[in-house]
Amino acid sequence: MSGVRVLVGTRKGAFTLESDGKREKWDVNGPFFGGWEIYHLKGSPADPNRLYASQTSGWFGQLMQRSNDGGKTWEPVGNKFAYDGVPGTHQWYDGTPHPWEFKRVWHVEPSLTDPDTVYAGVEDAAIFRTTDGGQNWEEMPGLRGHGSGSKWSPGAGGLGLHTIVLDPTDPKRMYIAISAAGAFRTDDGGASWKAINQGLRSQYIPDPTAEVGHCVHRIAMHKSRPSTLFMQKHWDVMRTDDAGDSWREVSGNLPTDFGFVVDVHAHEPETIYVVPIKSDSEHFPPDGKLRVYRSRCGGNEWEALGNGLPQRDCYVNVLRDAMAIDSLDSCGVYFGTTGGQVYASKDGGDTWAPIVRDLPAVLSVEVQTLK
Amino acid sequence: MIRVALPWHLRNLARVDSEVMLAVHGQVTQRSVLDALEAAYPVLRGTIRDHVTAQRRPFLRFYACEEDLSHESPDTPLPEAVVKGTEPFLVIGAIAGG
Repeated sequence: MSGVRVLVGTRKGAFTLESDGKREKWDVNGPFFGGWEIYHLKGSPADPNRLYASQTSGWFGQLMQRSNDGGKTWEPVGNKFAYDGVPGTHQWYDGTPHPWEFKRVWHVEPSLTDPDTVYAGVEDAAIFRTTDGGQNWEEMPGLRGHGSGSKWSPGAGGLGLHTIVLDPTDPKRMYIAISAAGAFRTDDGGASWKAINQGLRSQYIPDPTAEVGHCVHRIAMHKSRPSTLFMQKHWDVMRTDDAGDSWREVSGNLPTDFGFVVDVHAHEPETIYVVPIKSDSEHFPPDGKLRVYRSRCGGNEWEALGNGLPQRDCYVNVLRDAMAIDSLDSCGVYFGTTGGQVYASKDGGDTWAPIVRDLPAVLSVEVQTLK
Repeated sequence: MIRVALPWHLRNLARVDSEVMLAVHGQVTQRSVLDALEAAYPVLRGTIRDHVTAQRRPFLRFYACEEDLSHESPDTPLPEAVVKGTEPFLVIGAIAGG
């Protein structure tokens, strides 16, 4: 029988939520790594029992954890993230050069085909890879070696590489996004990277159409259309149909186009979801109403989905890695809030219910559809 | 044997429930004690000292014999009481405040 496992990273530990394919009753397991920030955990598409988690602490630095049994037990693996060669500098908040300093792993992205291969997006922005199940991590230096690297500057949340999207049809192509540098693509397995920010417009940088400097919050892809990407930028929801070579805005009738998450329906590549947030000054939903917005036509025309979500006095945020999709016949949509709730819809967003209510602030949500 | 007291999170990581006892060869310094600690408990590598710079993490402190040794050179000999094992070498997490 099919089932679903939801992987939740929070400010104070990790949790797994498990249900059968009906998605009506949920078992909550955890906290794992209690007291530690779990920026992200994710399962291997090639082996759903293989999970990886990023465990961080302002006191004790970075740890990486691996599970071989679907999250029942965990073991620490390698936690050394050393930049390749002489790290050099990026731009600091005051415009001066600042040495690259490793701070934490924001995102782990297991290979689509090999459970021992995982990519890690880190702050200060760089991408690392392990091919031995997390024991050793090596930087893929081509990204930081991009000619614009010395101009990258952190957003208020740091210079984090938070998004890694793998092309299921081309193992040499992947996309990443950095706050606040923008989006980049490699077509040669990470040896070289291209800034793919043409069409983005960001009023908060001196040249709103600059090659780099854009605060991309999240990128999502449907596996059947790997050249079509959807982006939630700091402001603006964007779309590309040419693998990022050009973007166009599809914010349309959204009440606000600021937000963090974006995701794509499992079976409908033109059905996308965002959670509008009032503004970058007020990180909560407009009017105290928590609503997911869905477009069934790839953007521009959006409908509000609030059935089952709090529609008054709600002032939580939904962070960039905190939405995910299952691939059951009736597509499930999940998101977590800074108020500690994880909401789920088992009908593509028409109706919602909390599957857990009182966790620490949720940093990330991933879903595994178990056959 | 050198006694090392770890903060709660690091005891959990190392899977110890009390002070750690370490044999340290040669001069007993912060560096040699932490080297021995990390050799005995590899999971602690990077959690007390930065992997690359080997610097103490900013929110940790090293105490012994009611003295704050955090700003001492890592190669300064530790107090005789630590060497003899009558006093522990303390790794302390800074209070978060709030």
